[in-house]
Amino acid sequence: MSRILHGAGALMLASVFLLVSEPAHAQELNGANTAWILTSTALVLFMTLPGLALFYGGLVQAKNVLSVLMQCFAIACMASILWFAVVYSLAFDEGSAYVGGLGKMFMSGVSFDSLSGDIPESVFFMFQMTFAIITPALIVGAYVERIKFSSVMMISALWLIFVYGPVCHWVWGGGWLSEMGVMDFAGGLVVHATAGTSALVIVKFLGTRQGFPTHLQPPHSPGMTMIGAAMLWVGWFGFNAGSALAADGGAGMAMAVTHISAATASLVWVLIEWVKFGKPSLVGIVTGMVAGLATITPASGFVGPIGGFCIGLLGGFVCYWAVGFVKDKWKLDDSLDVFAVHGVGGILGTLAAAIFVADTFGGAGLADGMTMSSQLGIQAIGVASTVAWSAFATIIIVLITKAILGLRTSEDEMAEGLDLSYHGERDYNF
Amino acid sequence: MKLIMAIIKPFKLDAVRVALTELGVEGMTVSEVKGFGRQKGQTEIYRGAEYNIEFVPKVKIEIVADNDRAERIVEAIRESAMTEKIGDGKIFVVDVEQAVRIRTGETGDSAL
Repeated sequence: MSRILHGAGALMLASVFLLVSEPAHAQELNGANTAWILTSTALVLFMTLPGLALFYGGLVQAKNVLSVLMQCFAIACMASILWFAVVYSLAFDEGSAYVGGLGKMFMSGVSFDSLSGDIPESVFFMFQMTFAIITPALIVGAYVERIKFSSVMMISALWLIFVYGPVCHWVWGGGWLSEMGVMDFAGGLVVHATAGTSALVIVKFLGTRQGFPTHLQPPHSPGMTMIGAAMLWVGWFGFNAGSALAADGGAGMAMAVTHISAATASLVWVLIEWVKFGKPSLVGIVTGMVAGLATITPASGFVGPIGGFCIGLLGGFVCYWAVGFVKDKWKLDDSLDVFAVHGVGGILGTLAAAIFVADTFGGAGLADGMTMSSQLGIQAIGVASTVAWSAFATIIIVLITKAILGLRTSEDEMAEGLDLSYHGERDYNF
Repeated sequence: MKLIMAIIKPFKLDAVRVALTELGVEGMTVSEVKGFGRQKGQTEIYRGAEYNIEFVPKVKIEIVADNDRAERIVEAIRESAMTEKIGDGKIFVVDVEQAVRIRTGETGDSAL
């Protein structure tokens, strides 16, 4: 939502959805806003490289750590080029309600002077690019330790074009969900629900890791995971507060609630572990942090501090429960819990946004003519359509990739480790 | 000459080193090893899932000593490595046929 209303304070956003139709091109460049979005762009890229890569890298076996770092890095490069070539246009060019046109391919028409709202379009392009980078990289967590590198690249490329581009257009590019008034401040739908849903689809076709579920090898470096998680937390300030597309009170409140939610969910997660297993674990506290951040993401510009705290509580409890549910009940080896943490968190936060946006909870207030239940209905439509399209398109993408390249490595390659069998190098030479 | 091979808990290594130094032991070889005995493996929990660690990390100490001192060394290791809990490890003693100091070419007890 916020993307369309560049420059308008995020606090105003929720209550002035009708402004969508007002032309934004008449604005002049705002240096303060531009500076903050330049900064946020750097923060969000830092989330993927190296934040997410280290977060995931620490959770796999020592023989597969490079393959995970490599997948994140290669996806980042490829997503950047695809974004430049076509996906930015599919997301943000005027087109139909369902997908943008091709008018902005290869940054066509984006010059030194072009503005998007009151910031340079080049800055908007770059800021949005970092979201397109991290979203397919989030899915890496689902398929680690057993997938062919070539298939990772093919799935990620097709996914950006057919899932990320269109859904981004629906929600932020003036498409049908934004017309409807869906609230997704920083990517609960666009980033977390799409990635989480597609993660489950991929593992359904890919199969499990060797030894799943009873004889798995433990994470090789929880310390590395903590380092990556801490970078994600810092980078998330750019992700959420940057999504205000302005340096204003909305951005400030988005940052505050983001932080409150992350801290709350971290404590919730680790307390559950402490009570249940007798020991508070580092992997647990940082997983709770990601759950809290993913859950607050769609709500961040809309809710107040109490909303942030409540969403953190919800994110911690529900995502913890979801981790066990996916693995024990569904028997799906979503290895690093992409669906349970990101998918469930993003969906939960998207729904919770409709409630905690209300003045009663210290939020920015519902849009004119909206009630909590009507907004919740729109949010539910947003979730259902995003999940359905992500699942459907990913099934097709995976089937095509499987037919052309195959998905799964050989058992021998898996046993040797993907680092040596796919990349010819190892991380730890003693 | 005897080869004394002790598998101990990693965190006991320094206590063993101190005890052996007091005995006048002048050298040892230490390796990080993994294995299991009656202790079996151990369980670790990450994100609520249990991981069975079948091979537990241990430290292996190897010392070659003349026959007279071997017994005292074994006793010193046993006393300093003991926690009285399962998984304290084992000590093996085997006969050594020959020892050679590479630098000088000395052999037998004088090479130790």
